[in-house]
Order: sequence, then structure tokens, then C-alpha cells
Amino acid sequence: MSWIVPPQASTVAARVDLLMGYVLFVAVCFIALIGGAIFYFAVKYHHSRSVDRSGPVFQSIPLEIFWTGVPLALTLSMFVWGARLFITMREPPPDSLEVDVVGKQWMWEVQHAEGRRELNEVHVPVGRPVRLLMTSADVIHSFFVPAFRVKQDVLPGRYETEWFEATEPGRYRLYCAQYCGTAHSAMTGWITVLSAADYERWLAQPGAEPTMTEAGERLFRRAGCASCHRAGGAGPALEGMFGRREALEGGGTALADETYVRESILRPNAKVLKGWPPRMPSYEGRLDEAQVQQLVSYLKSLKGA
Amino acid sequence: MSAEAADSPFTDPVQQREAARIGMWAFLGTEVMFFGALFLTYFYDRHLYPDGWVAASKHTDLLLGSLNTGLLLVSSLTMALAVEAAKARRPDAAAKRLLATMGMGAVFLVFKGLEYAEHIRDGLWPGESFHFEPASLSRPGELFYYLYFTMTGLHALHMLAGVVWLSALVIASRRGAARGFDTHVEVAGLYWHFIDVVWIFLFPMFYLVRGH
Amino acid sequence: MEKTENYLNDEVTVSSWLLTTDHKRIALLYLMSVTFFFLVGAFAALLMRLELLVPNGGLVQAETYNKLFTMHGVTMVFFFLIPSIPAVLGNFLIPMMVGAKDMAFPRLNLASWYVFMAGGLFGLASMILGGVDTGWTFYAPYSSVYSNTHVITMAVGIIIAGFSSIMTGLNFIVTIHRLRAPGLTWMRLPLFVWSLYATSIIFILGTPVLAMALVLIALERVFGFGVFDPALGGDPLLFQHLFWFYSHPAVYIMILPSMGVVSEIVPCFARKRIFGYAFVAASSLAIALIGFLVWGHHMFVSGQSLYAGMAFSLLSYMVAIPSAVKVFNWTATLHKGRIYLRTPMLYALGFIGLFTIGGLTGLVLAAMGLDAHVHDTYFIIAHFHYIMVGGALMGYLGGMHFWWPKITGKLYPEFWGRISAGLVFLGFNLTFFPQFLLGYLGMPRRYYHYPPEFQTLNVLSTAGASILGVGYLVPLLYLLWSLKWGADAGPNPWRATGLEWTTSSPPPKENYRVTPEVDEEPYAYDAETEAAL
Repeated sequence: MSWIVPPQASTVAARVDLLMGYVLFVAVCFIALIGGAIFYFAVKYHHSRSVDRSGPVFQSIPLEIFWTGVPLALTLSMFVWGARLFITMREPPPDSLEVDVVGKQWMWEVQHAEGRRELNEVHVPVGRPVRLLMTSADVIHSFFVPAFRVKQDVLPGRYETEWFEATEPGRYRLYCAQYCGTAHSAMTGWITVLSAADYERWLAQPGAEPTMTEAGERLFRRAGCASCHRAGGAGPALEGMFGRREALEGGGTALADETYVRESILRPNAKVLKGWPPRMPSYEGRLDEAQVQQLVSYLKSLKGA
Repeated sequence: MSAEAADSPFTDPVQQREAARIGMWAFLGTEVMFFGALFLTYFYDRHLYPDGWVAASKHTDLLLGSLNTGLLLVSSLTMALAVEAAKARRPDAAAKRLLATMGMGAVFLVFKGLEYAEHIRDGLWPGESFHFEPASLSRPGELFYYLYFTMTGLHALHMLAGVVWLSALVIASRRGAARGFDTHVEVAGLYWHFIDVVWIFLFPMFYLVRGH
Repeated sequence: MEKTENYLNDEVTVSSWLLTTDHKRIALLYLMSVTFFFLVGAFAALLMRLELLVPNGGLVQAETYNKLFTMHGVTMVFFFLIPSIPAVLGNFLIPMMVGAKDMAFPRLNLASWYVFMAGGLFGLASMILGGVDTGWTFYAPYSSVYSNTHVITMAVGIIIAGFSSIMTGLNFIVTIHRLRAPGLTWMRLPLFVWSLYATSIIFILGTPVLAMALVLIALERVFGFGVFDPALGGDPLLFQHLFWFYSHPAVYIMILPSMGVVSEIVPCFARKRIFGYAFVAASSLAIALIGFLVWGHHMFVSGQSLYAGMAFSLLSYMVAIPSAVKVFNWTATLHKGRIYLRTPMLYALGFIGLFTIGGLTGLVLAAMGLDAHVHDTYFIIAHFHYIMVGGALMGYLGGMHFWWPKITGKLYPEFWGRISAGLVFLGFNLTFFPQFLLGYLGMPRRYYHYPPEFQTLNVLSTAGASILGVGYLVPLLYLLWSLKWGADAGPNPWRATGLEWTTSSPPPKENYRVTPEVDEEPYAYDAETEAAL
């Protein structure tokens, strides 16, 4: 089937293909029904043939109800199945490996939590869920791996997440699937799925960099964040903040997730914590998206008091 | 063209009048969707930047804005009276009331122009010269004023078109109660009231968001 | 029949054409314009398919390819498909079908053509100046900040053409409401009129939103507005919502009129009243209404919320139902009919088959879990071409063949008509069916170069496109041929019901010397007892 179906290399791939099979089956049945009926009538009632044309029917309410109701029931089943599948595709398991991605014209910059960085390639272990935290440095891109049946648009100005669990070692194509300019079709790459052991070996190779959390911690000090964000400092202490719902100055609340943290670094006065003045300088233009991702990783690691 | 003209598609004046009415309502439907897209953008951005909206609204001229609102409300009254006069086959009375309506519309535009000049002087014209206090809300403030100038500007263009249309009707009234004149005035009235209603929304959206 | 007076030979000066308020002449002005734009869009497609013959071709540069697919999409959607049936067949037929002498606002009608041409000129200008490379979807911030092509010129062209469609829609609505002949109640209207009425509702309520979305893009490009660009505090998703709010209903603008054509052709060539008239009429309105509520199905993986996506998914399944109802009713019409497989009927039956396939693949897309895989791939391209080309365009060709005798007074050669219908059907399937496979295999859309494993299917697709191209050229030739050498059609060569067939072919300028009165149901065919067609 590999000439009409990509390899099934993730936990959801077979489920997607199964739903596709169901919808296609229904589709083929209807095409056969309609096509067959048209063909049959066109032959049987062709003007050159004398057949019984008496008592033609021009309306039938029971028939209308029937052929409205049956498609309705079938489409509802497709909706439920498709929505449930999609919900699974959107909820990464809690123990996912974290990989951060920055899409930019026309390449994919990848940072592993453990520190390795890649360009247009992502190495992942088989059998472990991987969660991608993605943003764009310019226009909208889209991270598409057909073998995994997953796709997510990558937007500037915010984070989007995508997750998958690879089931087969191998190399699978990665595409940018949202038109992004001249070299859109060159913004492709590879997902390399390794066995657990091979993955550990790959991680430990020379040239590996500090983990994202370590890099984030270094940045936190070098960029001056630590001078304000400490106990008794000019800015709120950040331990345990990640994942909390915070009250904001001027009313309302915000969930301190990755997008919030990123925004607080690049546009700090968009949402100011209650009780604090809007004094934090913006780091827009002073830190690139990859560095922001490192800071996010570090702040996530700060457990609360 | 009147219903009786040989190549008119209409068979009688009643049909023509009803056609004109439906045509105007359909056109106003398109206008609702036209402004509606901007309204959506406004409310979307307001939801994102509530503080910026309040701060920006404080810089609008509440006095001129309120005067303009009053003017338009009264002009809708004179417009309705003009429609009544036209229907009663009193073109001179209709012309006077149309002139009053136009006059108020023109004053509205003058006040709007004064407001714009004031905003530009205060550095509220979006772009390089934009200057806003407090500076931390400058970005949302600029967005607010982009929307302010776009939406009130679009509204003012519609007002201008309305004033020009009414002046054409005033000239037409000189020819006496020509057949179809009352329909024209009625249809223009529908348009005028619509432009009025749009302002009734714009006024609180831009001027009254300031809070206290 | 040049001897009797008709709308064609009544005054033949250039100004009598350029200043005409006769809806029939305006329809022909539109016919020339949309045919021209179709050729422009088809030429772009030809170059694209040639480039795609090889995975790493060099026929054109990447930038040029991106401009070609943009040009193809913009031209075909805004300057061909959207005006095609409404502005050509709708303008010609609606006043005749309701028994009126002209549209409610004839001068507005003429103005709409000039406005359309002005829009088209801006579009052409943007192409000549160097083109646009944003895709017809103009996603921000690429189109509002990053692209350095002639976005605004093209946007202005589209906005102006949009005003033309608003004017047309307004005219149709008022004409259908108020200019119906005595006895012509709503439930006696031809279904073509119903479908254009529904289309006109979408025209007037949807188009302004697109205009505004493009205005905001232009403001962001010129003034740095910041409404869509996140770097300036904006939101790119806001553009997508505004864009698709119009552009989804726009696809119903493109398909509903074709469905109306099919509803006229099938009863005529089955010699039988349409099955379920009320349901077919109501389904047009249902499609128009529900069609406004599904736009988010273009955004399942855009960053839209899961719950919004679920609402849009459910509603997208709902909108499929009235289309299915139409297909069932058309098929049931054939039962106990007297079927004539003339050229218009071949196009209509082809429409039913191909539209059904396209619509059923829409069920794949409405399932969120499936759309995640096939979104932005060739699967989508195949889906909408089955509907737009296999559906809308075949309906347009069927309608042109059906009403050609009425419009011109001439008959085209039936043999060549059937040949062209066959070529189109065959060429179309060969072009686009492989694209379903390409999409599921993962080939993304708007790709200038592609991985080599996709080449075979691409070659098949290009082969099909060449056959399809021939299939479109053949009617162009014989229809033009028929103007000079075709047999005289007579008033009603198909013995069709409908008021337009009671006049001469071509019709007189004022359509009806005496306002007709209607006292019978539409489609009063009688398959059982009729003589042969």
C-alpha cells in the first residue's frame, strides 16, 4: 500500500488511516449508488426504449426524510470519530520529551532539551512521546510529517505545540506545509527515529551543548533578568510561577504557560502582574526565538517555594 | 427613469417604489457587513488590550464627539420630516428639511475635521510621529487610533456621500413633485438613518470607553 | 435568424454595445471578459503543470512559480468562476425567466460590468508589473509585511471586482422579489432562479468582509497598522477569520449557480418534472445559510481553539446534507423519464458524478483528525478542483450549451459537443484523481520542487491537464463556428419549459411584447406521452 499510503510510523497513523478507510468506504458506496443509479436509469429509460413510464413520481416526503436522515447519521459518526482522534492528537502525554523548534524562512532550527541542536533534522527515540514547542521568527510555517500523520501551523508571536510518538525506527520526511515565500518547497527535512540505545548514543556525541535549561539559566543571569527577578527585587520572584494562574493589573487573569512567558519577555507590559508596576524593559530584538525558548525551559524548571 | 418609460423594466410605480426599497435594504445589508468586519477587529483588539483602549479613549474629544452625536440625532429627525413632506407632495417643505439635514451633516464633518486636526497636533496620528502617554500602552494606543481614523474616516466618507446625495435631491425638488421623488427621498432617508446608527455605535466605542 | 428583429441586430454600433442597458447584451460583455480571464488563468495552470513534470524542474524560477499559482488562483476564483454563471447566464436569463423586460436596475447592471473590468485591469496590472506571490489566500504576515510583490495592486483589483458582484447580487435580489410576472409565485420559479437568489444573498453579505480584510492588509503594508503582524502587536489569525468568513461562502457562490443549471437541464433531457422541487429549492437556501457558519474548517491546524474547531467540524458536516439532497433528487428525476443524452445532459450528468466525488472528499476534510494530515496538501487541491472544475465549470459549460441556441439563435454541432464533454470528463479525472493520492502520500501544495517519489503521479496529472486543455479549446472553436455556420435553432430546439423558451431565438430586445402570465407548475414535461425530441 506504500504507493498510496505513507509509512505508518506513529501511534496515531494507523488510527488516521482507519478513519480514512471508513470515510472512503462510505464515499465509495455513495458513488457506486449514485453512479450506478444514473447509469441504470440512463440505459433503462433511454428515449429509444419503450418501457413502462406510467405513474411517475415527483415527490416523496418519506424518501426525502430517509435520504436526509441517513447521511446525517453517517456524517455525525464521522464528526465524533474525527473529533476524538483530533483531541488525542492535541493532548501530549505528560512525560513527553521536549524539543523546541523555531521555523524561519526557510529552515527549521531545532533544540533538544538535553542540549543538542539541529538544523532541518530532528532525531527522536522510538516509543517515547515527543512534544514540539514551536514558534516562527517571521511568517506562518507548518510542521508536517506525513509518516506520523501530524501537522501544526507554526505562528510568529506565539507558541504552538505538536506531539507524536514514533513507532518505527527510520527516516521520515518533514515538510513545511504553509506557504511561506520563495523557498517554501525547500524548507524540508528529516525526522530520524532511533532505537532508545542509539538515541542515547546520539545525544552523548561530542559537540553536544548544555541542556536547554542550563543554557536558559546562563542567559537568565547574563541578560540581567536575575538582577530584578529575585526575592526583594524590583520584579516578582519566578519560582513556581510556571503553570499558575496569575492575577493581572487592571483586572483579569492569565495562565502562566509558555506563550505567556515568551510574551512577558518580549512585550512585558502587555500583561503586568497585579501589584507590580510596568517597569520591565522589553527584550524584543535583543534575544532571538531560540534563546527565548531556552529561558522558557529554565523558568519551567524553577519549582516553587 | 420612471415606470412609464417604454424601456423601463417596471410595469407600475408601486412596483418601482417597492423595488427601490428592497434595493436600499439589500445595500444597507452590505454596509452592515462592511463596517461589521471593522467592528469585529475593534472588539477583538479591545479584548486583547483593555487597558490600552481605556487610556487611548481618554484622548478623544468628548465635547466635540457629543456635539456630533447630538447633531446626527437631530438630523435624523429632520430627514424623517423631509420624507414625510415628500410623501405629502410638498417638495418645497421637503427641500427645506433636506437642507437642514445636509447642514447638520456638513457641520458634523467640520467638527470631525477639527477633531482630526487636534489629534494630529497631539501626536495621535499613527506612524512615526505617534506619541502617547503612558508609553507602556503606546502600541495598543496606536492600534486604537488606527481603528479610530479608519472607522470614523469610513463613516465620514459615507456622510459626505450622503450630503452630496441630499443636495442632488434638493436640486431635484425644484422640478416639483416629480413622480418618484418621494421614493428617492425615502430611500435616501433609509441611508441617512443607517449612517446615523453606525455613529451611535462608534460614539461609545471610541469616546465612552475611557471610563471615569 | 438575423432577419427578424432581436436584441443582437437592434443597433450594431460600438456605443450601442458599450452603453447598453439591455441585460442580454451586458451578459455577452461579461461572457467576453470572463472567457479572457479564464484563458489567463488556464495559461498559468499550463505553465505550472509543465514545471511539475519533473521534481526539480527549471522551466521557471521558484519566485515565478509562486507568482503563477497566485495568478492562477486569483484569476480563476475572482475573475472567472465567481462572475461566470451569475454575470453571464444569470444576467441573460433571470429577467426572462421571471417574465420581465429587464433587471430592476439596468444602469446598475451596466455599471457592474465596468466596475468588473476596472477590477480586472488592476489585477492584470499587478501581473504585468511583476505579479504577486502570496497565494490567492493572502495570509498575513507574509502578504502584509514580508512579500515584496505587488500585493496592493492585486488587492485593489479584487476589492473592485467584489463591488461588481455586490451590484449584481443586489440587482438579482430586487428583480426576483419584485419583477415576477403575474402568476409566477415563488414555488413556480425555475430552480435556476432559486439558486441564483441564494447566491446573491452570499454576494451581498459575504463580499464586503473580504473587501475589508484586504483593505486592512493594504493598511498594514503601507502604514504599518499592526492589526495582523505579531511583531506590531497584531494577530495573523484575525486575518484568516476575516478572509475565510467570505471565502468559504464564496465557494458556494461558485457552485450554487451550477447546481441551478443542472436543475434546468436534467428535467428537460429526462422529459420529466424535477423530483422534490420544494426540497431542491430549500436546499439552495440551506447551503447559503449554513455556508456562512463553517469557515473555521480551513483553520483546524492554524492555532484555532479546539472547541471552535469542533463546532466548525460539526457544521461542515451539516452543510454537506443539502448538497446530498440535491444529488438524490436529480437522480430520482431520471426514474421513469425519457432520457436524451445530448451535450447539455452529458455535462449535467458529469457534474453530478464529479461534484459527488468532490463533495464526498469534503467529508474527509471535515473530520478534524483526517484534516490534520491532508490539510495544505494536494488532497485539498484535488478536492476543490473536483468541485470547482468537475462541478462548477462543467455546469457552466452545460449551461452555455443548453442556452446557446437561445442566446445566439444557432445550433452547435452535436457530435463535437459530445466529444468535448467526453474529453473534459476524461482529462479532468486524469488530471485530478492522482492528486488525491499525492496529497495523502504527503505532497504539500504550492510546492515548486518536490521529492522524486512523487513524480509518476505528477506526470499523470500533467498528461490529464493537456487532454483537459484540448477539451476546453474544442467548444471555444465550434461555438464560434456556429455563429456563422450553425443551423438556425428556432425558438425552442429542446422543447424546454420555461418562459425564456417562449420567445424567438435570439430574443427580442424587450423580451416580451406582452407580459406573460403563468398558470402552471414549472417543468411541465411529460415523459410518458411526448413525441421524440
